[in-house]
Amino acid sequence: MFRHPQTTPKGVETDDAIRVQLSVNGEPLDLDLPPWTSLLDLLRHRLALTGTKKGCDHGQCGACTVLVDGRRINSCLKLAVSLDGAEVTTIEGMAGEGGALHPLQDAFVRHDGFQCGYCTPGQICSAQGLLNEGHAQSREEIKELMSGNICRCGAYPNILDAIEDVLNDRVSEPRMPE
Amino acid sequence: MRRFSYSRPTEVSEALAEAGGEDVRFLAGGTNLVDLMKENVERPQHLVDITRLPLDRIEEIQSGLKIGALVLNSDLAHDPKVENRYPLLSLALLNGASPQLRNSATTGGNLLQRTRCYYFYDVATACNKRDPGAGCQAIGGLTRLHAILGASPHCIATHPSDMCVAMAALDAVVHVESATGTRTIPFEDFHRLPGDTPQRDTTLEPGELVTAVELPATRFDRHYTYLKLRDRQSYAFALVSVAAAMRLEDGVMTDVRLALGGVAHKPWRDRDAEALLSGKAPERALFSKAAEAILADAQGQGANDFKIELARRAIVRGLDQAARGTPQSVTDKRIA
Amino acid sequence: MTNLTRAGFGTPLSRVDGPAKVTGQAQYAAEFQPEDMLHAHVHTARIAKGKITRIDVSRALAVEGVVDVLTHENRPKVAWFDLKYKDMTAPLRGSPFKALYDENVIFSGQPIALVVAETPEIARYASTLLDVDYKWAEFQTDLAQVLDQAFVPRIPRAGYHKPKSRGDGEQAFSDAPVQVSNRYHLSPEHHNPLEMFASTVIWEGDGHVTISDKTQGVKNSHWYICNAMGWDRDKVRILSPFVGGAFGSGLRPQYQLYLAALAAKKLERSVQVVMTRQEMFGHGYRPECYQTVSLGADREGHLKGIVNSAVTATSSIENYMETVVNWGSMVYRCPDAKLDYKIAKVDTATPCDMRAPGGATGMNLFEVAMDELAYACDIDPLELRLRNYTDREAMKDKPYTSKALHDCYERGAAKFGWDRRSHAPRSMRDGHELIGWGMATGIWEAMMAPTSARARLSADGTLEVATATADMGPGTYTMMTQIAADTTGLPVEKITAKLGDSDLPFSPVQGGSMTAASAGTAVQKACDALLEELLEAARRIEDGPLAGVDLDEVGFGDGRIYLIDDTKIGMRFEEILAAAEMDSLEATELAKPGIINMMRKARNTHSAVFVEVRVDEDVGMARVTRVVNAVAAGRIINPKTARSQILGGVVFGIGMALEEETLADHRIGRWMNHNLAEYHVPVNADVPDIDVLFVEEQDDEVNPIGVKGVGEIGVVGTAAAIANALFHATGKRVRELPITIDKLL
Ligand SMILES: Cc1cc2nc3c(=O)[nH]c(=O)nc-3n(C[C@H](O)[C@H](O)[C@H](O)COP(=O)(O)OP(=O)(O)OC[C@H]3O[C@@H](n4cnc5c(N)ncnc54)[C@H](O)[C@@H]3O)c2cc1C
Ligand code: SF4
Ligand code: FES
Ligand code: FES
Repeated sequence: MFRHPQTTPKGVETDDAIRVQLSVNGEPLDLDLPPWTSLLDLLRHRLALTGTKKGCDHGQCGACTVLVDGRRINSCLKLAVSLDGAEVTTIEGMAGEGGALHPLQDAFVRHDGFQCGYCTPGQICSAQGLLNEGHAQSREEIKELMSGNICRCGAYPNILDAIEDVLNDRVSEPRMPE
Repeated sequence: MRRFSYSRPTEVSEALAEAGGEDVRFLAGGTNLVDLMKENVERPQHLVDITRLPLDRIEEIQSGLKIGALVLNSDLAHDPKVENRYPLLSLALLNGASPQLRNSATTGGNLLQRTRCYYFYDVATACNKRDPGAGCQAIGGLTRLHAILGASPHCIATHPSDMCVAMAALDAVVHVESATGTRTIPFEDFHRLPGDTPQRDTTLEPGELVTAVELPATRFDRHYTYLKLRDRQSYAFALVSVAAAMRLEDGVMTDVRLALGGVAHKPWRDRDAEALLSGKAPERALFSKAAEAILADAQGQGANDFKIELARRAIVRGLDQAARGTPQSVTDKRIA
Repeated sequence: MTNLTRAGFGTPLSRVDGPAKVTGQAQYAAEFQPEDMLHAHVHTARIAKGKITRIDVSRALAVEGVVDVLTHENRPKVAWFDLKYKDMTAPLRGSPFKALYDENVIFSGQPIALVVAETPEIARYASTLLDVDYKWAEFQTDLAQVLDQAFVPRIPRAGYHKPKSRGDGEQAFSDAPVQVSNRYHLSPEHHNPLEMFASTVIWEGDGHVTISDKTQGVKNSHWYICNAMGWDRDKVRILSPFVGGAFGSGLRPQYQLYLAALAAKKLERSVQVVMTRQEMFGHGYRPECYQTVSLGADREGHLKGIVNSAVTATSSIENYMETVVNWGSMVYRCPDAKLDYKIAKVDTATPCDMRAPGGATGMNLFEVAMDELAYACDIDPLELRLRNYTDREAMKDKPYTSKALHDCYERGAAKFGWDRRSHAPRSMRDGHELIGWGMATGIWEAMMAPTSARARLSADGTLEVATATADMGPGTYTMMTQIAADTTGLPVEKITAKLGDSDLPFSPVQGGSMTAASAGTAVQKACDALLEELLEAARRIEDGPLAGVDLDEVGFGDGRIYLIDDTKIGMRFEEILAAAEMDSLEATELAKPGIINMMRKARNTHSAVFVEVRVDEDVGMARVTRVVNAVAAGRIINPKTARSQILGGVVFGIGMALEEETLADHRIGRWMNHNLAEYHVPVNADVPDIDVLFVEEQDDEVNPIGVKGVGEIGVVGTAAAIANALFHATGKRVRELPITIDKLL
């Protein structure tokens, strides 16, 4: 409901606009953007891809994490124009064929790796970045390397369980209270 | 964010041709510059995006290792050459920011990141660094993040980088280039003390581009550590950090390197203290003496008085970790 | 039918809204983006108190793409009467903050102008171009400086529990052979939910307005904004399907709602206002507190006298109060107790309930005092609690509907291995690391509030249950679905839960851990009523298999009504509707607590928290390495989501104990660490594995479904247990939260 890409009225900011080519979730885009548009605002406002969240707009929370050429970055501090030619993957591009949940998405649901869900797209993109990097094996390592994603609801132990499942290619029972 | 024009040159010479004006900034990873532009602290009129310049390689050179200014912090940390020869630098990098920030942050940008002083960031307050002559509201205020060494009545800010503390210890050399030529700056001379011109963080001249950082060949792969003390276990700036490295031969320390972060306007090295340690056997009492020497002139600002004691203990512990060959782990939060 | 999910009470159902959240489809307030929407950016005051003497907006207006700049000088006419700005949770006394109302500034960070533009970037930029002159007035933001002006408001706030002294606490304390008396301090904290406050006012024309708002109560926002703007209630609709955390900050409408509405009203266009993280520090917060606890006991640790007094901060405009000093004297047996609570005014925004308001403050600090008493008596801290155990609520001397705290102590201690603890401080270590084991008691309220719910069965046999509550993270969608599944026997896949819409039946704000009890009971009642109506319809179907049967002859399950004696005979729900020629069937029910019963018995959740910390003996870096939280919270509807609530509470407790503190520069009356880099909340690396235990607590009295709520209890006790563990580790008693590294050196 009410999810329209935000367009700028004719004439506003057109003099400043710069042509940028980006692939977003596999779709090639030609955009004319003023240089001050962050990747995050481009996604959320102009493309109506609101899955990527804004929790601080200053690199301090990780909610805006997306993958650029397979690497996780904070989209709030990245000017979109500087990514010309890049491939961007957001949470909307994670699911598989026919909307089947990505293994991380499925694991987050099974392990209740969220509460309000606002940090979740960032956590999942970040976790995918972590898997791509290949530097984390142990739970302690995942913890450290997921510390750039704040979860104010405090779902951290469950987030770890979810990522560990995917890292180890298994489906474990969610932890239960005793 | 103030309006600005933007260019994205692919050659260093093009970038330099555009640089120079007071209101021109180089844009690398953007993790500091864009942050400050959103706060209206940095207000450039023109941005030269340098991310397409061919400065993203780590090269072997005769005198050591040459790290291009655009090498990403994460790539640098995980480069096998760096991991093998200068694991101290890897450690420091991995202690900084977050994985996703390190995937954007560059070597040059990290070098030139600005202070995290609350007042510098908040344009509703007075700050000499942001607005020369306006006064320094941090003095007498909230100073948890602030300097205990080398501060001036005009500014008591600290340099927040972790990477730079390791580079200072490793005697790095900064390569810079401008429209008029190239020069090298020893690391210790790169960042400056605030004095009465706190608006200048470094000795870089307007229009100069950092092209690389060179690390001398001397490797420190056994006796080193990077110990960072902060307000949470990760993703926080240092209250105090210690980079320590040395060689240990027949129970005697030589070539001792010691640099502190979080305590001054620049990574803090004290050659006298290092000399005090060189040629001696590693002992806690001696480490304490070195710490006393380094902190002899330390001065607190009230809320940060504790950092003097914290630094003293961190120095002793850091030297101890280095001498024992048990560097601080990034993931195991137990202090080694 | 094999793949359908059966769920009832106690099923660890995965969140029904989980797929929407993990795919980015869940829509939060700022993600309602109508076409042609304007974006507005707030400009805030730099001074703590005084007047705006000049505000020049011309440079901002000149920026291409700026549509308007609203200030107190040009805002549209709005209600002036304070009452029109009272939301349902506002303190009774005082005048609520009215943004852009006049030239007065009453706190630093107060919104003073709104720049409306075609894009958020333009609005933000133009907002830096405003020229404002101020005249400072005298101000005070430091609670320590106004403690002597603390007062007891004549009219307390609704929901506030007046402390009740008993006997002569002071005398009993001074007569006691063992005495501990200390002052404790809690720093101000900000909620900092990860989603920033946002409202989108969608201007639909002909007087109709739809608003997406970040709120814990759509009915509250609706009430407030219609009053303040003078809008027709029937033409305004508030939507809040997903809330990115709030922790109490969304109990009151925040100023972005008002500002977005104001701009939309003036411009007659859709407008969105999203706060910045810095602005998130410019509204309600957990107030700073000074609390003095004096405990007198005999040498065996039996409490003889309690004197507990506290002062918390409020603003200059409203009397914000919390229940702070009651908790300890409710939990422990003690013949004499003197309780005293006051508030004092500082020049900040009005504080606001934050996860376990009052309890997190008062009980955590009290439980540090209990630990001090344990050491003064040389008794194990758990043993001290057991010696002072009571089955009754000791402050009002009432029975409980249930209190399984004893089991919490027992099971928590066993799980933690508390019996292996050595009592002396600094007596447990592992190399350089000092190990500390600490514990504390937690207590919170088990409330219920009147709530209506609607259940609607459609011709295709699907069921929708709906009430205007919120789901800011506890799992309300899931809870409602599960209760409907339990009541009707329908599989989860056939049920949809709806909430966060002011057009739905009445629900109070989501707070006080009472949503499960209130909305849950209402959903159950509505489903029950629906089934009765359905049976009634089935009975009337001539020649139908259920014609004329009685309620006690039938069962409900698998979407059917069947005969208990011969389960093969029955009708599917959709068959009944078809045969009865109905498109759908609907029932709406109101659930409300029994007031008399409420007064007769106390109703609380309890917990026992056990914590291990490790502190480096040289450099003082402390970390929590183990937590066991044993909770007695009545019936647990969904153990998976309930455990998550406790995890979240514990993480809040870790923040409170070690990290969270909003730092004010009192010289300029301004919060200075107004960002998530310097206001530290726990990150993943700060949080150990947490064992959550729910002890069995059968309670048929607390409310019809026996549920007490788990949203807040997790934070109460946790911060104290950590502080106590730090004492055990280091031998250093720190009486100020958070316990940052400087305090442990
Ligand atoms: C929330 C947060 C937490 C952080 N935590 C830490 C931490 O714990 N430790 C730590 O060390 N750092 C930390 N950082 C800082 C981070 O490391 C820096 O922001 C980053 O290194 C800057 O690199 P960049 O490439 O993004 O620089 P940019 O933001 O692009 O540039 C920074 C400055 O350097 C100039 N510049 C860049 N490249 C050159 C060049 N080649 N020549 C001349 N000038 C140049 C720019 O003009 C600009 O003034 C944190 C940052 C954030 C946002
Ligand atoms: S310490 Fe330096 S940066 Fe901070 S307010 Fe003072 S002058 Fe500005
Ligand atoms: S929104 Fe980008 S890190 Fe918080
Ligand atoms: S789920 Fe709410 S912030 Fe992580």
